[in-house]
Amino acid sequence: MENHFETGLDELRQKLLMMAARAETAVNEAVQSLMQRDHDLAVRVRAADDVIDQFEIEIDEMAIQLLTKAPLASNLRLVTVAMKISQNLERIGDEATKIAKRARDLAQEPPVKIHLDLPRMAGMALAMVKDALDSFVNRDPVAARSVIPRDKEVDALNKQIHNLLAQHMVENPDTIARCLHWIVAAKSLERIADHAKNIAEEVVYLCEAQDIRHAQKN
Amino acid sequence: MAGNTNNSVALNVKNLSVFFGKNHAVKNVTLDIAACAVTAIIGPSGCGKSTFLRALNRMHELNPEARMEGEIKLFGDDIYSRGVQPVVVRRRVGMVFQKSNPFPTMSIVDNVTVGLRLNGLRDRKILAERTEQSLRMAALWDEVKDRLHAPAISLSGGQQQRLCIARALAVQPEVLLMDEPASALDPLATAKIEDLIIDLKRNYTIVIVTHNMQQAARASDFTAFFYLGELVEFGPTTKIFTSPSEKRTEDYVTGRFG
Amino acid sequence: MTAPNHSWRQFKDVLMQAVTLACAILVVTPLVLVFYHIIREGFGAINWAFFTQLPPGPGESGGGMANAIVGTLILMVLAPIVGVPVGVLGGVFLSEYGGSRLNWCIRFAADVLNGVPSIVWGLVVYGLMVLALAAPFHGTVQSVDTTKQLVTVQDQAGTSHTFEVNANTRLNAGGKNQLDALTTGSDVLIWYHGTPDGPVADRVSPVGLWGLFLTVLIHLHNSVSGFSVLAGGVVLGFMMIPLVMRTTDEVLQLVPAGYREASLALGISKWRTIMQIVIRTALKGIVTGALLALARIAGETAPLIFTAYGNNGWTHKLTEPIEALPLQIYIFATGPYENWHRLAWAGALILLLMVLFVNIGARFLTRDRFKNKI
Repeated sequence: MENHFETGLDELRQKLLMMAARAETAVNEAVQSLMQRDHDLAVRVRAADDVIDQFEIEIDEMAIQLLTKAPLASNLRLVTVAMKISQNLERIGDEATKIAKRARDLAQEPPVKIHLDLPRMAGMALAMVKDALDSFVNRDPVAARSVIPRDKEVDALNKQIHNLLAQHMVENPDTIARCLHWIVAAKSLERIADHAKNIAEEVVYLCEAQDIRHAQKN
Repeated sequence: MAGNTNNSVALNVKNLSVFFGKNHAVKNVTLDIAACAVTAIIGPSGCGKSTFLRALNRMHELNPEARMEGEIKLFGDDIYSRGVQPVVVRRRVGMVFQKSNPFPTMSIVDNVTVGLRLNGLRDRKILAERTEQSLRMAALWDEVKDRLHAPAISLSGGQQQRLCIARALAVQPEVLLMDEPASALDPLATAKIEDLIIDLKRNYTIVIVTHNMQQAARASDFTAFFYLGELVEFGPTTKIFTSPSEKRTEDYVTGRFG
Repeated sequence: MTAPNHSWRQFKDVLMQAVTLACAILVVTPLVLVFYHIIREGFGAINWAFFTQLPPGPGESGGGMANAIVGTLILMVLAPIVGVPVGVLGGVFLSEYGGSRLNWCIRFAADVLNGVPSIVWGLVVYGLMVLALAAPFHGTVQSVDTTKQLVTVQDQAGTSHTFEVNANTRLNAGGKNQLDALTTGSDVLIWYHGTPDGPVADRVSPVGLWGLFLTVLIHLHNSVSGFSVLAGGVVLGFMMIPLVMRTTDEVLQLVPAGYREASLALGISKWRTIMQIVIRTALKGIVTGALLALARIAGETAPLIFTAYGNNGWTHKLTEPIEALPLQIYIFATGPYENWHRLAWAGALILLLMVLFVNIGARFLTRDRFKNKI
């Protein structure tokens, strides 16, 4: 005999994974469109964000419905964590859209002659998102915990890139508009890394029932 | 739990085992019931939770084949030591049952005072005071104050159960045991009983057996999970229902068995 | 469903109703006929004289059954005094105490006793209360002859009596069963029976406390033995006991266990729980059981023949014989006089009305007073 409640929980998990896949793809393609100055790809990324937004609404509805059935223990943690993760994924989608918008604008102008460590930063942010989502799929709190300290490195890189661009803008005022696009894109990547860290923290709570948020403020 | 600074233990249970003939119904349970708090006992059918509850006021002795080992101390007094009468224990540890059972030949007020009168108390003033006090504590006074002499069976199901609670409270016990007190009631009456339990814990220690986990989550401070006669896990209710330590508890609470 | 089937089913239904109604009427008819006959025959004889006058002698006219009516009423008061307390407490034991094996034996015994013929009950009480017990002989040992197995004892008046002692005689002289253990001059009690050759001792025992006690008991018994009101009341009471015990047992078992548990959980002792809670709840049933048992024994005739015995006049003492309606009816109905027959019918009618009254009383007591109030 089917356990309908367990089925409901599975559907929630599946939906969350589908949303995660979309968000990961969005970030990948946004970064790609930025690096390869692909105007059409950037446009497609922006269009695909609607789907991610819709997922957030559906997941919240499912979660509320499951809460009326009074889940307990790990089921309760799964439902509340699912709501939090979906919110983080939606924000990741929004940041990817922002990157795509800047990519579209930059593609229409000649490239700026400056060496930025942006590909490495993008790679790290992408890896954090992937690892955080993998730790959710695999219920691996150790892997989740390993994602969290990497956020600091991404923050550092962002600062470095920001300073470089700021300096370049001062020396080459005709590149200001294009540099500002890059600054915003870098900021979005930094925020994506933050959201990946949040997702990792939620995964730790789900698996170990420990709330490790805000623990590393110094 | 504002106002409750009482950290003492009402009941020390040590290595309690209860046998019915060859059937080992409760297996070596050690547990401390906190005073002025609500402790819930959950578990699947046949796990020994009702037997455990009845051992706390020696009601399991009604079964001639019952035998117990171990020790239970009520505020320091060993309730099973030789020379202690079960009758005396039951005046300190009261009990409310699943099916409400007000005595059918008696009126409401006679039901409330029966425990006092049949133990020799005759002073009308005291009886009247205790009647009002107990009915107020059971949240029934306003509903019955104008018809105290009506037959007890003319009350509704939920009112009858609150009358039984008033009857148990009238003898001023220190601990109140409740064996699935709301399982025969509709949701509205059940909610009233749960609120009543939370009010009562200010002055009484309450132990409640329930098969309804949401009820345990709503009304209790501590929860004990029993399975096949053993105490599997015991702790604060929030912990048991959000992040239990034992896998068996997790499986039961999430509905994977039982 | 075809039309012919439908009407055959309908017909069968109506047929069954008619058949069962006929059977019910068949059951009730003899009862109605009996009532009708008794009323027709007895009604004419009911007058003031019937209730106030003593029975007429052989050949006399007029008279009544006043003493029989009063006698039956007295017995219907005495019998429950004997039977109800014992029966109810016995029922309490069966329901509330006792192990399952013991209780099974007791219940079986009670059911068997319920079926014991009433005349047997009468014989039992006849032997217990009507017949006098053999009193022992009290005297001092004069001499003992071990060769001829004789012992000579002198009574209070100084007369000597010689008793033969044989192998069946039980000698309780100082624990030894030897004839020579009987010392001359010792006080003894001798139970004996008479034979053509002289009295033979059945038992010889020293006059100890036990012997004195027994003698006193025997004399007490013999002072009240004989046909009496007491004997009549006792035999009817004994007959009520198994019935009252079983109905009390069953009615108490119907009281839900929850009430007992609730009472015990309040710290009320088991005995008080039984008296104040369980019995109070079952009281109507217990009273009904007692009344129905009373109705049953009201008309018993056979046991009264050798206990109450009958009386042509008024009884003034509990130890005298007494008249009762069933006895009087039997004597008059089997007698040769027309007047007696007439009075017997009237007596039967009155007896029937008494039993009916008790039954109606039982039903009235158990009516559901709250049927329309809840």
